[in-house]
Amino acid sequence: MKIHNTRGGRVFDAVNYVFLALIGIITLLPFVYVFAGSFATEAEITRRAFFVWPEKFTLGSYEYIFATPAFTRALVTTILVTAVGTLVQLAFTVTMAYPLAKKSLRGRNVILSLVVFAMVFSGGMIPTFLLVKDLGLLNSYWALILPAAINPFSLIIIKNFFQELPAELEESAKMDGATEIGILWRILLPLSKPVLATFALFYAVGIWNDFMSPLLYLSDNSKWTLQMYLRQVTAASDLLGTGNVDPNYIPPEQGIKFAVIVVATLPILIFYPFLQKHFAKGMLIGSVKG
Amino acid sequence: MAAPVVEAEARAANRPPVRERKNGRFSVHFAHYKWLYLLLLPGVVYFAVFRYAPMYGVSIAFKDYVPFLGVNGSPWVGVQNFTDFFANPDFPRLLGNTLILAFLNLGIAFPLTIVLALLLNEVRLSVLKRTVQTLVYIPHFLSWTIVASLSFLLFALDIGPLFQFLNNVMGTNIDFLSDPAWFRPLIVLQDIWKNTGWGTIIFLAALATVDQDQYEAAIIDGAGRFRRVWHITLPAIRSTIIVMLILAIGQMLNTGFEQIYLMTNALNREVADVFDTYVYFVGITQGAYSYSTAVGLFKSLVGIVLIFGTNWLAKRFNQSGLF
Repeated sequence: MKIHNTRGGRVFDAVNYVFLALIGIITLLPFVYVFAGSFATEAEITRRAFFVWPEKFTLGSYEYIFATPAFTRALVTTILVTAVGTLVQLAFTVTMAYPLAKKSLRGRNVILSLVVFAMVFSGGMIPTFLLVKDLGLLNSYWALILPAAINPFSLIIIKNFFQELPAELEESAKMDGATEIGILWRILLPLSKPVLATFALFYAVGIWNDFMSPLLYLSDNSKWTLQMYLRQVTAASDLLGTGNVDPNYIPPEQGIKFAVIVVATLPILIFYPFLQKHFAKGMLIGSVKG
Repeated sequence: MAAPVVEAEARAANRPPVRERKNGRFSVHFAHYKWLYLLLLPGVVYFAVFRYAPMYGVSIAFKDYVPFLGVNGSPWVGVQNFTDFFANPDFPRLLGNTLILAFLNLGIAFPLTIVLALLLNEVRLSVLKRTVQTLVYIPHFLSWTIVASLSFLLFALDIGPLFQFLNNVMGTNIDFLSDPAWFRPLIVLQDIWKNTGWGTIIFLAALATVDQDQYEAAIIDGAGRFRRVWHITLPAIRSTIIVMLILAIGQMLNTGFEQIYLMTNALNREVADVFDTYVYFVGITQGAYSYSTAVGLFKSLVGIVLIFGTNWLAKRFNQSGLF
């Protein structure tokens, strides 16, 4: 379109650009402050209300948290749970999506309707909690992984993806004597790498950020994940009116809170470029097909 | 058994097998697809155990659940738990808190998303557009724990930067985190910060499909920027707005457990308690399993009614509904 701008239009553009740039900067400011604060001395954090560049750099806060067993344990736990959980979700979803992509499979429609119904209605917090409890999974890391092993929504998307792959690929593999499992492993999976990578990121972020499952299922604080630890550290102790308070708890210094927030955020920011690209696409696919 | 299998294999080798297998005997079908059924097994077990068993567990809403008797053994009490809940003074308070938060969200965050999408859509400098998009999408990927922690730090009494800023500029001493009056503004602010940017994606996608010729025609007719937005852009994305509104209203009672729970404290419980967190406090921490399941069930049923209701309304007003 030919840009034919009036004077009013140019003024609007200028105001709009400045406004949007400000929005972008304001969105980012809390991080910049916390990031800068995590490298600053406690004295500086107390003295200066707000800054984006510390006067004196120190790694003190990081040295402190990495020397705290409760923190390192939470960090390692979260990394392991995220890794295993992502693999479990991928494995469960792919193995279920592949047979469901076969239109001739009997029982397929019944199973698909049950999957869709599970998208609309769920048992809710308490019945799920009682189930996990009855299975003996309380205070087990499996409680963070198994109840969310398949997301019905991504199952349907992956099933549709398999369905759209050309059938000739499978036919020729079958001629060569490959079994269904062989076809899935050697032909479909390599073809679906980009899609599966997207879902792996999606799952990993979900597990990393999950606060509700550890809150519900892990009462033993030596098993806490990073999100639980973060909450314990950053909420002022007198405001924790909702349980889980240690009477001997001493509120940590500000710099330590900053450093824990940075560590909990960093993996998300590192993967953010991939996330942005794939999530935006995924959200639109979902909205069109869902 | 063996003969039909061989026959089936022979047929499979000669013809495209897909169509006719549906008419054969199930044992033949099963033998042919045994590997596929094996692959299906873990997923089916997952849905049976972790999705459908809890749905069956919802029956404790109509029982007096006793842990050692289990879901099946506990005695039925009819709708006792529901009548208890409706008679409880907590009920109007929860309903009010939930609805106020929902309407604040619909009235402030939802229109802001559309406004931000429209403003981004007017940007012709693609570098600026992409940079702003990149920045405003980030908070969507952060956990509520991070959002709450940032709020705790920024708004903290005496030491928080925002507290100090307002103290210096206006001389106020606002205890944002425990003053009940500030609970709702904080929640809405967090929602805006975390989700407005991300929410624009769907509207920007709809905006990208608007027919550009209409704008040229409007320019020739002398329509300015705002008239073009009002008469071309907004009508063009009307159906997207309606679909998103239906979805938002259907989700109205889902105030977001994690966010509300994290921002709740002993001092602001009166305004902070919503259905989701109430189910947690009463069910998990106090062990009233049946009662809290009834509360949760009530909430999901109202949610389903809301989504079908708004869809029906949208169709009545001659708009395309969601389904």
